[in-house]
Amino acid sequence: MDKVRFATVWLAGCSGCHMSFLDMDEWLIELAQHVDVVYSPVGSDLKHYPENVDVCLVEGGIANEDNLELILQVRRQTKILISFGDCAVTANVPAMRNMLGGAEPVLKRAYLELGDVGPQLPHEPGIVPELLDRVLPVHEVVPVDIYMPGCPPPADRIRATLEPLLRGEMPLMEGREMIKFG
Amino acid sequence: MSVKTLKIDGIDIAIEEGATVLDAARQAGVPIPTLCHLDGVGDIGACRLCLVEVGGSRRLLPACVTEVAEGMEVQTNTPKLQEYRRMTVELLFSEGNHVCAVCVANGHCELQDVAIQVGMDHSRFTYRFPDRGVDVSHEQFGIDHNRCILCTRCVRVCDEIEGAHVWDVAQRGAACYIVSGLNQPWGEVDACTSCGKCVDACPTGAIFRKGSTTGEKERDRAKLDFLVTAREKHEWTR
Repeated sequence: MDKVRFATVWLAGCSGCHMSFLDMDEWLIELAQHVDVVYSPVGSDLKHYPENVDVCLVEGGIANEDNLELILQVRRQTKILISFGDCAVTANVPAMRNMLGGAEPVLKRAYLELGDVGPQLPHEPGIVPELLDRVLPVHEVVPVDIYMPGCPPPADRIRATLEPLLRGEMPLMEGREMIKFG
Repeated sequence: MSVKTLKIDGIDIAIEEGATVLDAARQAGVPIPTLCHLDGVGDIGACRLCLVEVGGSRRLLPACVTEVAEGMEVQTNTPKLQEYRRMTVELLFSEGNHVCAVCVANGHCELQDVAIQVGMDHSRFTYRFPDRGVDVSHEQFGIDHNRCILCTRCVRVCDEIEGAHVWDVAQRGAACYIVSGLNQPWGEVDACTSCGKCVDACPTGAIFRKGSTTGEKERDRAKLDFLVTAREKHEWTR
């Protein structure tokens, strides 16, 4: 059987879900027998999201223009997109800025009102991506195939989600072990 | 006392007149999810999680405030009810600002439990991200309106068990919120006895003890049961 073309991406999240992924420990060696890691901040050095990806874990919500561009590309080039962790599923902690309104009040609060030394708004077009007005969960931007809540999802949950996929089956996302938020 | 007989999910049940469909279901061991119901205080049918189908009625009825009737046929777990329950829970999550990861009740939250029970892996409704406040003016406790689902357990437990009636509901619709006293900061309400029953009654992390951090809120729900038993059955020891 051909290897599964596997990717992970990191959007507006803390990387905790990726740390939890690494927490699968020795099962990662087993996983490596079945997949080609074609894109991942923790498993590959490739800079461009490739074509024909079979499975992609998406950590984080959509908070800025880079996130938006990448998630659209991921959706176009991926068969099974997994919302990986609470930030992808609910927008979670990064979305707590949504209560302040749009991007402008958030930036003013963070960089002017709370700026200790030389307060100024960040503006480097092409280098620093512009914030979107609201942080959104992935499924409010593109269709999602599997939702894996958790902050972070425990390693066992990640494994229980991926194992059936390697056999060509869909995982059953129900019960406390699989869908507890937080 | 007159007895009524009815069927819940095909199970024959006999129960005293005046009991609710929820009482009857519990007696028969049929699980119906609830959130605003709290043993020992009056029911108001606020959360709509306990909706059931009753033969002969086109409307779905909340089990907690529907009295049993002779010959009633009740269904508690049809695909239609499962779908409505999941939507209800999704609406609760998308209405407020429920961030489990940083909540005092994480792991001990009845809203979180119900989400698992109804199989909610994400919300199909757009999150509102309302601008709500936090009141930490009370010496011992705080209320975070972001986490409130307006079940009014605090209102009822304070009124019916403590007899202080510190809490009530202000405004209407999406603007509803829980008020203390005459819409004063909680810490300035003389009527509050600082008994903490509202903390124990709250199903989420909305009302909490100050100083508790993520996942540290554990309730002493047995205290409320004890007080009700003491009053109703005169059993004074726990």
